[in-house]
Amino acid sequence: METEQKIKNEMKRNTLLENEMRLSFDAVSVNEAFARVAVAAFVTPLNPTVEEISDIKTAVSEAVTNAIIHGYDEEFLGATGQKGKNQVYLHCKIVEDVLHVEVQDTGKGIADIDQAMEPLFTTRPDMDRSGMGFAFMEAFMDDLEVISEPFQGTLVRMKKKLGTISWIKQEE
Amino acid sequence: MEDNFKVIDNYLMVRMPEEVDHHKSVYISKIADEYIMKEGIGNVVFDFETTRFMDSSGIGVIIGRYKKISYFGGKVFAINADTRIKRTLMICGLHKIVEIME
Repeated sequence: METEQKIKNEMKRNTLLENEMRLSFDAVSVNEAFARVAVAAFVTPLNPTVEEISDIKTAVSEAVTNAIIHGYDEEFLGATGQKGKNQVYLHCKIVEDVLHVEVQDTGKGIADIDQAMEPLFTTRPDMDRSGMGFAFMEAFMDDLEVISEPFQGTLVRMKKKLGTISWIKQEE
Repeated sequence: MEDNFKVIDNYLMVRMPEEVDHHKSVYISKIADEYIMKEGIGNVVFDFETTRFMDSSGIGVIIGRYKKISYFGGKVFAINADTRIKRTLMICGLHKIVEIME
């Protein structure tokens, strides 16, 4: 009986510790809220704190907003040539207690990534952008990687370690 | 949306929505600017009472309004901000130009 219970527990944990999700949605601003809520819901099995959820939501919101307003701006209408019909790809993965989030667009890309990541640098001051997007992602996540080429799209890769799983393991 | 804006003396009170992101901030900026132009607003007060989420778009709204009214010596206030919102404001150093009050 005991071993059976143990195996069950093991299986339960395995299903919990390896999980993957892929989403693609239209590059329109209403989907910013959808994307961050989807990621927040995806991490709930890891039992995150309210603080962690908020951090993740903010970072995802920044990345998706960037893809929508900078990746596919008016000058660059993307592959479909039509505003709002471009796709933003969201890929989430849970490995052990680490959440990996990838936000990808096929938009106009970034020529100078270091400059783009500087706090307060923005290419769209006319739109009231604060230029804090990448700074927020860096502040709220543990790891941030940006891969981009002009006219080849942008991939933002973020990682965050969630705190509670290791404690649960210790108790067992 | 319109009833989230109220003018008291030369103060414009803006009640921020539950989630402040790029989608919502576009409207807030636009309507707030209309009020500032039309009614001769001196100061802007952002009320975060119902706000549970804010990203850098919210910061953009505040900085944008600050730039507009600070030419005429106006001030920007943030009221009823919870610890999350306060933290977001602090990260950007906005507490230097915005008065955060309970």
